[in-house]
Amino acid sequence: MAEAHPVGFQWVMEAKSRGATIIHVDPRFTRTSAVADIHVPIRAGTDMAFLGGLVNYVLSNEKDFREYVVAFTNAAAILRADFVDSDDLDGLFSGFDAEARSYDTTTWQYAGVDEPVPQRDESLQHPRCVYQVLRRHFARYTPEMVQRVCGITPASFAQVAEALTSNSGRERTSALCYAVGWTHHSTGAQMIRTAAILQTLLGNVGRPGGGILALRGHASIQGSTDIPTLYNLLPGYIPMPRVESTSLDKHLAGDVGKTGFWGNSRDYVVSLMKAWWGDAATADNDFCFGYLPRLTGNHGTYQTVLAQIAGDVKGYFVVGENPSVGSANARLQRQGLANLEWLVVRDLQMIETATFWKDGPEIETGEMVTADIGTEVFFLPAAAHTEKAGSFTNTQRLLQWHHKAVEPPGDARSDLWFYYHLGRIVRDRLAASTDARDRPLQDLTWDYPVEGESDDPSAEAVLAEIGGFDATGAPVKAYTDLKDDGSTSAGCWIYCGVTADGVNQSARRKPGREQSWVAPEWGWAWPANRRTLYNRASADRDGKPWSARKAYVWWDEGKGEWTGHDVPDFEKDKRPDYTPPPGASAQAALAGDDAFIMQGDGKAWLFAPSGLADGPLPAYYEPPESPVDNPVHPAQQRNPLREIVRHPGNTMHPSGSEPGGDVFPYVFSTHRLTEHHTAGGMSRTLPYLSELQPAFFIEVGPGLAEERGLEHLGWATVVTARSAIGPGPGDGADATAASRRPHRAPGRHPVALGTHRADHRRCGQRDRRHRARSQRAHPGQGRQLRRAARASAAGTRPARLRRGLPGPRRHPRRRHRPASQ
Amino acid sequence: MSNRLSGPLADVAGDAGYAAHPSRVGFFTDTSVCIGCKACEVACKEWNAIPEDGLTLTGMSYDNTGALGSDTWRHVAFIEKVAPAGPVAPSAHPPIETSTVDLGMPGSRPPGRDLDAAAAVDVTWLMSSDVCKHCTHAACLDVCPTGALVRTEFGTVVVQEDVCNGCGYCVPACPYGVIDKRPSDGRVFKCTLCYDRLGSGLTPACAKACPTESIQFGDLDELRARADARVASLHEAGVPQARLYGHDPADGVGGDGAFFLLLDEPQVYGLPPDPVVTTKDLPAMWRHAGVASLGLAAGVAACFLGRRP
Repeated sequence: MAEAHPVGFQWVMEAKSRGATIIHVDPRFTRTSAVADIHVPIRAGTDMAFLGGLVNYVLSNEKDFREYVVAFTNAAAILRADFVDSDDLDGLFSGFDAEARSYDTTTWQYAGVDEPVPQRDESLQHPRCVYQVLRRHFARYTPEMVQRVCGITPASFAQVAEALTSNSGRERTSALCYAVGWTHHSTGAQMIRTAAILQTLLGNVGRPGGGILALRGHASIQGSTDIPTLYNLLPGYIPMPRVESTSLDKHLAGDVGKTGFWGNSRDYVVSLMKAWWGDAATADNDFCFGYLPRLTGNHGTYQTVLAQIAGDVKGYFVVGENPSVGSANARLQRQGLANLEWLVVRDLQMIETATFWKDGPEIETGEMVTADIGTEVFFLPAAAHTEKAGSFTNTQRLLQWHHKAVEPPGDARSDLWFYYHLGRIVRDRLAASTDARDRPLQDLTWDYPVEGESDDPSAEAVLAEIGGFDATGAPVKAYTDLKDDGSTSAGCWIYCGVTADGVNQSARRKPGREQSWVAPEWGWAWPANRRTLYNRASADRDGKPWSARKAYVWWDEGKGEWTGHDVPDFEKDKRPDYTPPPGASAQAALAGDDAFIMQGDGKAWLFAPSGLADGPLPAYYEPPESPVDNPVHPAQQRNPLREIVRHPGNTMHPSGSEPGGDVFPYVFSTHRLTEHHTAGGMSRTLPYLSELQPAFFIEVGPGLAEERGLEHLGWATVVTARSAIGPGPGDGADATAASRRPHRAPGRHPVALGTHRADHRRCGQRDRRHRARSQRAHPGQGRQLRRAARASAAGTRPARLRRGLPGPRRHPRRRHRPASQ
Repeated sequence: MSNRLSGPLADVAGDAGYAAHPSRVGFFTDTSVCIGCKACEVACKEWNAIPEDGLTLTGMSYDNTGALGSDTWRHVAFIEKVAPAGPVAPSAHPPIETSTVDLGMPGSRPPGRDLDAAAAVDVTWLMSSDVCKHCTHAACLDVCPTGALVRTEFGTVVVQEDVCNGCGYCVPACPYGVIDKRPSDGRVFKCTLCYDRLGSGLTPACAKACPTESIQFGDLDELRARADARVASLHEAGVPQARLYGHDPADGVGGDGAFFLLLDEPQVYGLPPDPVVTTKDLPAMWRHAGVASLGLAAGVAACFLGRRP
């Protein structure tokens, strides 16, 4: 975290100075490890087994926060008799369809789910209750198994388990932070699910100082999933309709009228349609629901790349991204780019994605010839965050406004400017059209006021549209104000209230010392300015704080309402002893101790009866390419539901004892460095950052260096079935900077590959751009559609990679680049 | 006069001739919270428009800067330090007993190569942001023949770029090896403690950019009190190796305007354990030189006297 999120890490250091214990679990020794109290090196891709070991430790030593678990989780729920756990099915759960590689989730349901009151056993003794199922499921994740899978010694494991459990419970809470080291796996869902189970068992959810914080690659990636740039979601996590969703009612049939706040989905979707199509959206035309595009299948990034290569995708917008450098199997990405008719790239600098046709690695090797590439590339310079107004949404769902400080230089413009004016021009062109398919564009509300010398649309006007309006045209206070009759509008229901009272709440900057420690007047958090979700769980069943030290939100009997330091995440006047009347729906169907209000049963799900494609509980699978056999479920080497990207350019390695499994015997992982930002469009061209991290290098342990004859600061070539990389002398030293630690994990040596280095073109140096991610396959993704790019297999050679067209070798080995050139 | 070259000195700016002046300011760099992000290095270069000085991979952990110099006025060092392996909190690491003093210098073999798993040792990093110390008794200033190096009203030491003639006397005079000649230019450059920002009431760029408050800027007296409290709290928290460096007005340079909290011996960080202002003995040297020249003159005179018949 210090490595990739140094600014956020200041709060970790502050916690440390107040006595917090910092535990860092990472294959690599980094800046974070150096300041952490405990560093636990782990084999890349095995986090689920480590977390599973911790769950097993909690359950077998009864270290769970029992009152919390009984009150707020589904531990007491009893499962159907025909559910079969992965323990008894060699790593699969009941309901697996091998043909379709998917699960039928019928057997995962609670027993008696159709009865008025589903069966529960609050003593947690029933053999089919979730708690007992969990105990049996995680029993195989012993400290010895953790050592076998992850390479973590039992002593080190015990130290972490003791530190975590002794700092969790009534008086104390612990937080978990993760980044793309968890999500970029075919088993990312398993890792994060196990973390959620662990935190829930320890009572670390919905309470101050607890939770699981996702730190991600970019500023405001949280914002770009809330108001998504994802193909399968509409704003506010509403699913994108599929071809079968012929009407709004049909689309929402799974949610409307059910228990929990998703029961009001129709309010949210109708308000969204009103925000987009205004007066054109009426009850008679199903609020223009038919205008929305429909999904016909998987349209994720990697499927799109394959479609480009197949010639099915003609045009491509690349905005704030550099797939030629930053995406897995960059070579395949470039093949896709080369097969387009047109490509629009918007970035701060002329990035590799815009220039692949003239100086990409394939041009250098002769695999592609510029004259044969028909892609028409439009490069449009973009404004930086200081040159435009807007909001950032951070990991805590906190929106913070940034004002425009200066006008962007030259032709650079904000993304808002680009899309607004593009839309305006397209609409002008179609204004006279009578073609029905142009109606969605013609009917759009596209009337944002523009300001400044470049006619930049007002970002605050867009925020106001997102925040929502009531029937009188006044900003709504919260999403509970939304209606499904078309009288309200909101661009994203979870953001309702961000412009309450006509004030840009996200622009508030009242200093912390002038307000309570929760600081509710700094920025604005969705939903309803709530800083901690599910905070009803910070009080016990009766509504009293679990402890004075951790008091956060509680029931005030005198006033008959919930109160506390934060905005209660509960209906304000719902008594803790409320029991829903028969036949109630939406939130009215949740009881006074159902703290997890977005769940149908109001409970935190230790066991997920629905919603997860990979299984109701996490199970350990090896990464798609791994040098070892799966020790936990030998019959199930890989995630059985992973998406497989089949293409000749995306060859996969055999794993473990499979034939050929020893060809690529080393685990390799890619990583970032503090000095550069993601694919480098914002940093690799800057001399002050590039001089700090100038060259492409790998880190290996002394053992591997010895085994392969690698020398410190010598050349190395990393080989996979997809590609081979190893920069030339123009890059400066291509170093095998020996890892500072002897590797203690069992199995094979790890290779850590920094994806960051200077862009020597911009820094006045020669440029070579083989990037680490050429190496990575799209080796199949988990059902969360994430790429598996963090753990893979490779071979390593001490030679320098031969570059370009065949010719004489000029510098067979050069150890150092001269200090100045 | 002896007091102006060494020993404690309460009013540095007053001693330099400022009748009325603001209080002395400086840096307290608390290396125990440094995360090695190098924001200070970048902010310093950005504000002071210092040239980029080479895209060179050093192979020394993640430090590709190397050392302070004419083009690096803040330098975040990554000190590779051997520590016991295993489940022990690094902050609780007892110092390793070795027969020789580890100077923290790079060895002839890559770090880690000499270590095998059975030896049960790990290597960790000590990260610290080094800078010009703005000494109470600054030898660079004392030896400067042109007056390019001056003491400011804030008690800091600044090179006036337009006065420096590049003679280089200051370079060997600095007990810390901070001040450095820029080869392409010939003049010397070093940290100004952002003199141009101080005049406008702004915090120096490095301290402003530091995310963890490892670099703290302020009135020196207040920083010294804060540092004492920080050391006490670290000792209480079980970090007995925490110590201050350069804070003592009684040390060989009369105390530093930029002082540090270290987690090991100063020499491990490449800092002199007992720095002495190199001009300390200047009066004695002149005295000796005077005596010697008088003696010489007397001898010469005696020769002539002796030849008289």
